Amino acid sequence: MRLPLLALLARGPAHGYELKQDLERMLGSAYPQPNVGQIYVTLGRLEKSGLIEGEDVEQSSRPNKKVYHLTDAGREALSAWFEETEDEPRVRDEFFMKLALAPQTGLADQIALINKQRRQYLTTMRNLSKLAAAEDRDNRIAHLLIEGAMLHLQADLDWLERCQEELEELE
Amino acid sequence: MSDGPAPVLHAEGLVKTHYGEGAPAHAVRGVDLSVTRGEFVAITGPSGAGKSTLLHLLGGLLRPDSGRIELDGVSTDNWSEARWAVERRKRIGIVFQFFNLVSNVSVADNVELPALLAGASPKKARTEREELLAELGLDGKERSMPGELSGGEQQRVALARALVNHPPLLLADEPAGSLDSKGTREVMRLLSRFHQRGQTILLVTHDARLASAADRVISFFDGRIADDAALTDTAPPRRGGISGVLELRD
Repeated sequence: MRLPLLALLARGPAHGYELKQDLERMLGSAYPQPNVGQIYVTLGRLEKSGLIEGEDVEQSSRPNKKVYHLTDAGREALSAWFEETEDEPRVRDEFFMKLALAPQTGLADQIALINKQRRQYLTTMRNLSKLAAAEDRDNRIAHLLIEGAMLHLQADLDWLERCQEELEELE
Repeated sequence: MSDGPAPVLHAEGLVKTHYGEGAPAHAVRGVDLSVTRGEFVAITGPSGAGKSTLLHLLGGLLRPDSGRIELDGVSTDNWSEARWAVERRKRIGIVFQFFNLVSNVSVADNVELPALLAGASPKKARTEREELLAELGLDGKERSMPGELSGGEQQRVALARALVNHPPLLLADEPAGSLDSKGTREVMRLLSRFHQRGQTILLVTHDARLASAADRVISFFDGRIADDAALTDTAPPRRGGISGVLELRD
Protein backbone atom coordinates (compact mmCIF):
# COMPACT_ATOMS: atom_id res chain seq x y z
CA MET A 1 0.00 0.00 0.00
CA ARG A 2 2.91 2.44 0.65
CA LEU A 3 4.02 3.06 -2.91
CA PRO A 4 0.54 3.27 -4.44
CA LEU A 5 -0.32 5.98 -1.90
CA LEU A 6 2.85 7.88 -2.77
CA ALA A 7 1.94 7.53 -6.44
CA LEU A 8 -1.51 9.00 -5.83
CA LEU A 9 0.03 11.92 -3.95
CA ALA A 10 2.39 12.67 -6.85
CA ARG A 11 -0.58 14.30 -8.56
CA GLY A 12 -1.16 16.75 -5.74
CA PRO A 13 -2.04 16.98 -2.03
CA ALA A 14 -4.94 14.89 -0.73
CA HIS A 15 -6.38 13.60 2.55
CA GLY A 16 -6.77 9.97 3.56
CA TYR A 17 -10.37 9.49 2.58
CA GLU A 18 -9.79 10.98 -0.86
CA LEU A 19 -6.98 8.51 -1.42
CA LYS A 20 -9.24 5.61 -0.47
CA GLN A 21 -11.84 6.79 -2.97
CA ASP A 22 -9.24 7.24 -5.70
CA LEU A 23 -8.01 3.70 -5.18
CA GLU A 24 -11.52 2.31 -5.28
CA ARG A 25 -12.42 4.21 -8.40
CA MET A 26 -9.32 3.03 -10.22
CA LEU A 27 -9.30 -0.61 -9.20
CA GLY A 28 -13.03 -1.20 -9.30
CA SER A 29 -14.89 -3.90 -7.46
CA ALA A 30 -12.22 -6.41 -8.45
CA TYR A 31 -9.74 -5.33 -5.87
CA PRO A 32 -10.53 -5.89 -2.18
CA GLN A 33 -11.71 -2.54 -0.90
CA PRO A 34 -8.87 -0.75 0.87
CA ASN A 35 -9.51 -0.40 4.55
CA VAL A 36 -9.55 3.26 5.55
CA GLY A 37 -7.85 2.49 8.86
CA GLN A 38 -5.02 0.79 7.01
CA ILE A 39 -4.65 3.84 4.79
CA TYR A 40 -4.34 6.20 7.78
CA VAL A 41 -1.79 3.92 9.46
CA THR A 42 0.25 3.76 6.26
CA LEU A 43 0.08 7.54 5.85
CA GLY A 44 1.34 7.93 9.41
CA ARG A 45 4.31 5.68 8.68
CA LEU A 46 5.10 7.47 5.43
CA GLU A 47 5.11 10.76 7.28
CA LYS A 48 7.38 9.39 9.98
CA SER A 49 9.89 8.27 7.37
CA GLY A 50 9.81 11.70 5.73
CA LEU A 51 8.32 10.62 2.42
CA ILE A 52 5.21 12.76 2.88
CA GLU A 53 4.23 15.71 5.03
CA GLY A 54 0.85 16.34 6.58
CA GLU A 55 -0.85 19.65 7.29
CA ASP A 56 -3.88 20.07 9.49
CA VAL A 57 -6.74 21.81 7.78
CA GLU A 58 -9.45 23.27 9.95
CA GLN A 59 -13.01 22.36 9.16
CA SER A 60 -15.93 24.33 10.58
CA SER A 61 -18.36 21.61 11.59
CA ARG A 62 -16.05 18.59 11.66
CA PRO A 63 -12.75 17.61 13.23
CA ASN A 64 -9.64 18.83 11.42
CA LYS A 65 -8.46 16.78 8.50
CA LYS A 66 -4.90 16.19 7.51
CA VAL A 67 -3.88 16.91 3.94
CA TYR A 68 -0.70 15.19 2.79
CA HIS A 69 1.80 16.11 0.12
CA LEU A 70 4.80 14.33 -1.30
CA THR A 71 8.29 15.40 -0.15
CA ASP A 72 11.41 15.31 -2.35
CA ALA A 73 12.44 12.10 -0.58
CA GLY A 74 9.01 10.67 -1.39
CA ARG A 75 9.36 11.57 -5.04
CA GLU A 76 12.74 9.83 -5.09
CA ALA A 77 11.34 6.70 -3.46
CA LEU A 78 8.59 6.68 -6.08
CA SER A 79 11.08 7.00 -8.94
CA ALA A 80 13.08 4.14 -7.48
CA TRP A 81 9.89 2.06 -7.36
CA PHE A 82 9.23 2.62 -11.05
CA GLU A 83 12.89 1.92 -11.80
CA GLU A 84 12.98 -1.61 -10.37
CA THR A 85 11.35 -4.68 -11.94
CA GLU A 86 9.21 -7.02 -9.87
CA ASP A 87 9.75 -10.64 -8.84
CA GLU A 88 8.06 -13.38 -10.83
CA PRO A 89 4.94 -14.91 -9.26
CA ARG A 90 5.83 -17.95 -7.22
CA VAL A 91 5.04 -21.50 -8.24
CA ARG A 92 2.44 -22.87 -5.81
CA ASP A 93 5.10 -24.45 -3.67
CA GLU A 94 2.90 -25.80 -0.87
CA PHE A 95 0.79 -27.80 -3.30
CA PHE A 96 3.93 -28.94 -5.08
CA MET A 97 5.35 -30.34 -1.82
CA LYS A 98 2.10 -32.21 -1.14
CA LEU A 99 2.23 -33.70 -4.62
CA ALA A 100 5.88 -34.66 -4.34
CA LEU A 101 5.60 -36.20 -0.87
CA ALA A 102 2.17 -37.87 -1.06
CA PRO A 103 3.29 -41.29 -2.38
CA GLN A 104 5.73 -42.04 0.42
CA THR A 105 3.24 -41.18 3.15
CA GLY A 106 0.50 -43.49 1.92
CA LEU A 107 -1.95 -40.86 3.19
CA ALA A 108 -2.98 -39.20 -0.07
CA ASP A 109 -3.30 -40.08 -3.73
CA GLN A 110 -1.57 -37.77 -6.19
CA ILE A 111 -4.35 -37.81 -8.76
CA ALA A 112 -6.95 -37.13 -6.06
CA LEU A 113 -4.82 -34.18 -4.88
CA ILE A 114 -4.67 -32.79 -8.40
CA ASN A 115 -8.41 -33.19 -8.91
CA LYS A 116 -9.16 -31.44 -5.64
CA GLN A 117 -6.82 -28.57 -6.42
CA ARG A 118 -8.27 -28.22 -9.91
CA ARG A 119 -11.78 -27.92 -8.50
CA GLN A 120 -10.70 -25.05 -6.35
CA TYR A 121 -8.91 -23.23 -9.20
CA LEU A 122 -11.94 -23.69 -11.45
CA THR A 123 -14.25 -22.32 -8.79
CA THR A 124 -12.02 -19.30 -8.34
CA MET A 125 -11.86 -18.89 -12.11
CA ARG A 126 -15.63 -18.90 -12.20
CA ASN A 127 -15.83 -16.24 -9.52
CA LEU A 128 -13.32 -14.11 -11.42
CA SER A 129 -15.47 -14.42 -14.56
CA LYS A 130 -18.46 -13.20 -12.61
CA LEU A 131 -16.46 -10.33 -11.20
CA ALA A 132 -15.38 -9.36 -14.70
CA ALA A 133 -18.96 -9.49 -15.93
CA ALA A 134 -20.11 -7.28 -13.07
CA GLU A 135 -17.31 -4.74 -13.41
CA ASP A 136 -17.86 -1.47 -15.26
CA ARG A 137 -16.92 -2.14 -18.89
CA ASP A 138 -15.01 1.10 -19.23
CA ASN A 139 -12.73 0.48 -16.27
CA ARG A 140 -9.81 -0.96 -18.22
CA ILE A 141 -7.45 -1.09 -15.26
CA ALA A 142 -9.89 -3.19 -13.22
CA HIS A 143 -10.46 -5.53 -16.15
CA LEU A 144 -6.72 -5.94 -16.70
CA LEU A 145 -6.28 -6.85 -13.03
CA ILE A 146 -8.94 -9.57 -13.29
CA GLU A 147 -7.62 -10.81 -16.60
CA GLY A 148 -4.13 -11.08 -15.13
CA ALA A 149 -5.45 -13.20 -12.26
CA MET A 150 -7.30 -15.40 -14.74
CA LEU A 151 -4.25 -15.93 -16.91
CA HIS A 152 -2.17 -16.91 -13.87
CA LEU A 153 -4.85 -19.39 -12.87
CA GLN A 154 -4.99 -20.71 -16.41
CA ALA A 155 -1.26 -21.37 -16.20
CA ASP A 156 -1.71 -23.16 -12.86
CA LEU A 157 -4.44 -25.30 -14.39
CA ASP A 158 -2.28 -26.11 -17.41
CA TRP A 159 0.46 -27.19 -15.06
CA LEU A 160 -1.95 -29.43 -13.09
CA GLU A 161 -2.87 -30.99 -16.42
CA ARG A 162 0.80 -31.70 -17.15
CA CYS A 163 1.22 -33.28 -13.69
CA GLN A 164 -1.80 -35.46 -14.30
CA GLU A 165 -0.57 -36.58 -17.72
CA GLU A 166 2.85 -37.53 -16.36
CA LEU A 167 1.68 -39.19 -13.17
CA GLU A 168 -1.15 -41.18 -14.74
CA GLU A 169 1.34 -42.80 -17.11
CA LEU A 170 3.17 -44.22 -14.13
CA GLU A 171 0.09 -45.84 -12.65
CA MET B 1 -33.68 -43.00 -14.58
CA SER B 2 -37.23 -43.58 -13.40
CA ASP B 3 -37.68 -40.29 -11.59
CA GLY B 4 -37.82 -36.98 -13.42
CA PRO B 5 -37.66 -36.33 -17.15
CA ALA B 6 -35.13 -38.24 -19.24
CA PRO B 7 -31.75 -36.52 -19.52
CA VAL B 8 -31.21 -34.48 -22.68
CA LEU B 9 -28.23 -36.70 -23.32
CA HIS B 10 -27.30 -40.05 -21.87
CA ALA B 11 -24.30 -42.12 -22.95
CA GLU B 12 -23.07 -45.46 -21.67
CA GLY B 13 -19.86 -47.33 -22.26
CA LEU B 14 -18.74 -45.28 -25.25
CA VAL B 15 -15.60 -46.59 -26.93
CA LYS B 16 -13.89 -45.26 -30.04
CA THR B 17 -10.54 -46.24 -31.47
CA HIS B 18 -9.03 -44.48 -34.48
CA TYR B 19 -7.17 -46.76 -36.88
CA GLY B 20 -4.80 -44.76 -39.02
CA GLU B 21 -1.21 -45.21 -39.94
CA GLY B 22 0.82 -46.45 -37.00
CA ALA B 23 -0.60 -47.74 -33.75
CA PRO B 24 -4.37 -47.56 -33.12
CA ALA B 25 -5.36 -44.50 -31.07
CA HIS B 26 -7.73 -45.26 -28.21
CA ALA B 27 -9.49 -41.90 -28.24
CA VAL B 28 -12.47 -42.76 -26.03
CA ARG B 29 -12.13 -45.67 -23.62
CA GLY B 30 -15.40 -46.31 -21.87
CA VAL B 31 -17.35 -43.14 -21.10
CA ASP B 32 -20.62 -42.86 -19.20
CA LEU B 33 -22.19 -39.42 -19.21
CA SER B 34 -25.56 -37.86 -18.50
CA VAL B 35 -26.54 -34.26 -19.14
CA THR B 36 -29.80 -33.02 -17.67
CA ARG B 37 -31.97 -30.25 -19.06
CA GLY B 38 -30.60 -26.78 -18.50
CA GLU B 39 -27.12 -27.94 -17.53
CA PHE B 40 -23.99 -26.25 -18.85
CA VAL B 41 -21.22 -28.85 -18.90
CA ALA B 42 -17.63 -28.26 -19.97
CA ILE B 43 -15.21 -31.04 -20.88
CA THR B 44 -11.57 -30.01 -20.50
CA GLY B 45 -8.33 -31.83 -20.97
CA PRO B 46 -5.06 -31.70 -22.90
CA SER B 47 -5.10 -31.88 -26.68
CA GLY B 48 -5.13 -35.48 -27.82
CA ALA B 49 -7.09 -36.60 -24.75
CA GLY B 50 -10.01 -37.58 -26.98
CA LYS B 51 -12.46 -34.88 -25.93
CA SER B 52 -13.25 -33.79 -29.49
CA THR B 53 -13.83 -37.41 -30.50
CA LEU B 54 -16.24 -37.74 -27.59
CA LEU B 55 -18.18 -34.67 -28.70
CA HIS B 56 -18.34 -35.99 -32.26
CA LEU B 57 -19.72 -39.30 -30.96
CA LEU B 58 -22.36 -37.46 -28.95
CA GLY B 59 -23.40 -35.42 -31.98
CA GLY B 60 -23.59 -38.47 -34.21
CA LEU B 61 -20.77 -37.18 -36.41
CA LEU B 62 -18.82 -40.36 -35.59
CA ARG B 63 -20.12 -43.84 -34.71
CA PRO B 64 -18.82 -45.49 -31.53
CA ASP B 65 -17.17 -48.92 -31.67
CA SER B 66 -19.40 -49.83 -28.75
CA GLY B 67 -21.68 -48.17 -26.24
CA ARG B 68 -24.99 -46.43 -26.58
CA ILE B 69 -26.42 -42.91 -26.74
CA GLU B 70 -29.90 -41.68 -25.89
CA LEU B 71 -31.25 -38.24 -26.74
CA ASP B 72 -34.24 -37.17 -24.63
CA GLY B 73 -34.73 -40.80 -23.67
CA VAL B 74 -34.76 -41.96 -27.31
CA SER B 75 -32.18 -44.57 -28.24
CA THR B 76 -30.03 -43.67 -31.24
CA ASP B 77 -28.64 -47.20 -31.57
CA ASN B 78 -30.27 -47.95 -34.89
CA TRP B 79 -30.07 -44.52 -36.45
CA SER B 80 -28.58 -44.41 -39.96
CA GLU B 81 -26.40 -41.53 -41.16
CA ALA B 82 -29.45 -40.04 -42.86
CA ARG B 83 -31.55 -40.31 -39.72
CA TRP B 84 -28.81 -38.68 -37.67
CA ALA B 85 -28.61 -35.83 -40.18
CA VAL B 86 -32.35 -35.24 -39.89
CA GLU B 87 -32.47 -35.54 -36.09
CA ARG B 88 -29.44 -33.32 -35.66
CA ARG B 89 -31.27 -30.42 -37.30
CA LYS B 90 -33.89 -30.40 -34.57
CA ARG B 91 -32.23 -31.92 -31.54
CA ILE B 92 -28.64 -30.75 -31.62
CA GLY B 93 -26.93 -27.49 -32.58
CA ILE B 94 -23.19 -27.68 -33.11
CA VAL B 95 -20.51 -24.99 -33.26
CA PHE B 96 -16.95 -25.81 -34.29
CA GLN B 97 -13.55 -24.22 -33.82
CA PHE B 98 -13.34 -23.11 -37.44
CA PHE B 99 -16.97 -21.99 -37.76
CA ASN B 100 -17.72 -24.23 -40.80
CA LEU B 101 -19.98 -21.65 -42.41
CA VAL B 102 -21.00 -22.09 -46.04
CA SER B 103 -18.55 -19.66 -47.60
CA ASN B 104 -20.40 -18.81 -50.81
CA VAL B 105 -23.75 -17.82 -49.34
CA SER B 106 -24.64 -14.79 -47.24
CA VAL B 107 -24.75 -14.61 -43.46
CA ALA B 108 -28.57 -14.51 -43.60
CA ASP B 109 -28.73 -17.66 -45.73
CA ASN B 110 -26.25 -19.47 -43.50
CA VAL B 111 -28.64 -19.00 -40.61
CA GLU B 112 -31.92 -19.50 -42.47
CA LEU B 113 -30.90 -22.62 -44.38
CA PRO B 114 -31.00 -25.04 -41.43
CA ALA B 115 -34.41 -23.64 -40.43
CA LEU B 116 -35.77 -24.20 -43.92
CA LEU B 117 -34.27 -27.70 -44.03
CA ALA B 118 -35.99 -28.47 -40.75
CA GLY B 119 -39.33 -27.51 -42.28
CA ALA B 120 -39.82 -23.90 -41.16
CA SER B 121 -41.68 -21.57 -43.51
CA PRO B 122 -39.52 -18.93 -45.25
CA LYS B 123 -41.24 -16.25 -43.20
CA LYS B 124 -40.60 -18.06 -39.92
CA ALA B 125 -36.97 -18.76 -40.89
CA ARG B 126 -36.49 -15.10 -41.66
CA THR B 127 -38.00 -13.93 -38.37
CA GLU B 128 -35.84 -16.35 -36.39
CA ARG B 129 -32.77 -15.24 -38.27
CA GLU B 130 -33.49 -11.57 -37.70
CA GLU B 131 -34.00 -12.08 -33.99
CA LEU B 132 -30.87 -14.14 -33.51
CA LEU B 133 -28.59 -11.87 -35.52
CA ALA B 134 -29.87 -8.84 -33.62
CA GLU B 135 -29.37 -10.65 -30.35
CA LEU B 136 -25.82 -11.53 -31.33
CA GLY B 137 -24.99 -7.97 -32.35
CA LEU B 138 -24.81 -8.75 -36.07
CA ASP B 139 -27.36 -6.23 -37.32
CA GLY B 140 -26.44 -4.98 -40.75
CA LYS B 141 -24.27 -8.01 -41.56
CA GLU B 142 -27.06 -10.05 -43.17
CA ARG B 143 -25.85 -9.53 -46.73
CA SER B 144 -22.17 -10.00 -45.91
CA MET B 145 -20.35 -13.13 -46.97
CA PRO B 146 -18.68 -15.09 -44.16
CA GLY B 147 -15.20 -14.29 -45.50
CA GLU B 148 -15.84 -10.58 -44.99
CA LEU B 149 -16.37 -11.02 -41.24
CA SER B 150 -13.86 -11.25 -38.39
CA GLY B 151 -13.37 -14.59 -36.65
CA GLY B 152 -15.45 -13.49 -33.70
CA GLU B 153 -18.29 -12.39 -35.97
CA GLN B 154 -18.17 -15.65 -37.93
CA GLN B 155 -18.42 -17.62 -34.71
CA ARG B 156 -21.48 -15.59 -33.72
CA VAL B 157 -23.07 -16.44 -37.08
CA ALA B 158 -22.25 -20.09 -36.42
CA LEU B 159 -23.92 -19.79 -33.03
CA ALA B 160 -27.03 -18.29 -34.64
CA ARG B 161 -27.09 -21.14 -37.15
CA ALA B 162 -26.75 -23.72 -34.39
CA LEU B 163 -29.59 -22.22 -32.37
CA VAL B 164 -32.05 -21.29 -35.12
CA ASN B 165 -34.11 -24.46 -34.64
CA HIS B 166 -34.11 -24.17 -30.83
CA PRO B 167 -32.34 -27.50 -30.31
CA PRO B 168 -32.59 -28.95 -26.80
CA LEU B 169 -28.81 -29.50 -26.85
CA LEU B 170 -25.99 -27.23 -27.99
CA LEU B 171 -22.61 -28.88 -28.59
CA ALA B 172 -19.58 -26.58 -28.85
CA ASP B 173 -16.19 -27.91 -29.93
CA GLU B 174 -13.42 -25.44 -28.96
CA PRO B 175 -15.65 -22.52 -30.00
CA ALA B 176 -12.98 -20.00 -29.03
CA GLY B 177 -10.06 -22.09 -30.28
CA SER B 178 -9.31 -19.78 -33.19
CA LEU B 179 -10.31 -16.50 -31.56
CA ASP B 180 -8.29 -13.87 -29.74
CA SER B 181 -8.81 -12.97 -26.10
CA LYS B 182 -11.60 -10.52 -26.88
CA GLY B 183 -13.39 -13.05 -29.11
CA THR B 184 -13.05 -15.65 -26.35
CA ARG B 185 -14.71 -13.35 -23.83
CA GLU B 186 -17.48 -12.64 -26.30
CA VAL B 187 -18.18 -16.37 -26.87
CA MET B 188 -18.10 -16.93 -23.12
CA ARG B 189 -20.59 -14.14 -22.50
CA LEU B 190 -22.97 -15.43 -25.16
CA LEU B 191 -22.84 -19.05 -24.01
CA SER B 192 -23.58 -17.89 -20.46
CA ARG B 193 -26.47 -15.78 -21.65
CA PHE B 194 -28.10 -18.63 -23.60
CA HIS B 195 -27.51 -20.95 -20.68
CA GLN B 196 -29.25 -18.53 -18.32
CA ARG B 197 -32.27 -18.72 -20.57
CA GLY B 198 -32.34 -22.49 -20.18
CA GLN B 199 -30.22 -23.72 -23.09
CA THR B 200 -28.48 -27.03 -22.34
CA ILE B 201 -24.84 -26.79 -23.41
CA LEU B 202 -22.01 -29.28 -23.70
CA LEU B 203 -18.73 -27.52 -24.36
CA VAL B 204 -15.34 -29.03 -25.19
CA THR B 205 -12.41 -26.73 -24.52
CA HIS B 206 -8.83 -26.65 -23.32
CA ASP B 207 -9.40 -23.06 -22.11
CA ALA B 208 -10.11 -23.01 -18.38
CA ARG B 209 -11.53 -19.50 -18.58
CA LEU B 210 -14.16 -20.70 -20.99
CA ALA B 211 -14.78 -23.87 -18.99
CA SER B 212 -15.37 -21.86 -15.83
CA ALA B 213 -18.51 -20.39 -17.39
CA ALA B 214 -20.04 -23.88 -17.06
CA ASP B 215 -21.61 -25.14 -13.87
CA ARG B 216 -20.09 -28.58 -14.21
CA VAL B 217 -16.58 -29.36 -15.42
CA ILE B 218 -15.45 -32.80 -16.56
CA SER B 219 -11.71 -33.42 -16.78
CA PHE B 220 -10.89 -35.76 -19.59
CA PHE B 221 -7.60 -37.61 -19.73
CA ASP B 222 -6.46 -40.32 -22.04
CA GLY B 223 -9.94 -41.22 -23.25
CA ARG B 224 -11.51 -41.34 -19.81
CA ILE B 225 -13.30 -39.09 -17.34
CA ALA B 226 -10.80 -38.31 -14.59
CA ASP B 227 -13.01 -35.94 -12.60
CA ASP B 228 -16.54 -34.63 -12.77
CA ALA B 229 -17.05 -31.54 -10.61
CA ALA B 230 -20.01 -29.27 -10.02
CA LEU B 231 -18.76 -25.71 -9.66
CA THR B 232 -20.43 -23.73 -6.94
CA ASP B 233 -20.58 -19.99 -6.79
CA THR B 234 -19.09 -19.74 -3.37
CA ALA B 235 -15.41 -20.48 -3.15
CA PRO B 236 -14.31 -22.99 -0.54
CA PRO B 237 -13.19 -21.25 2.64
CA ARG B 238 -9.53 -20.39 2.53
CA ARG B 239 -7.13 -17.61 3.31
CA GLY B 240 -8.07 -14.51 1.39
CA GLY B 241 -10.74 -16.21 -0.72
CA ILE B 242 -11.11 -14.92 -4.22
CA SER B 243 -9.70 -11.57 -3.26
CA GLY B 244 -6.44 -13.29 -2.36
CA VAL B 245 -5.90 -14.00 -6.03
CA LEU B 246 -6.28 -10.32 -6.79
CA GLU B 247 -4.35 -8.98 -3.82
CA LEU B 248 -1.65 -6.58 -4.86
CA ARG B 249 1.57 -6.54 -2.88
CA ASP B 250 1.31 -4.86 0.50
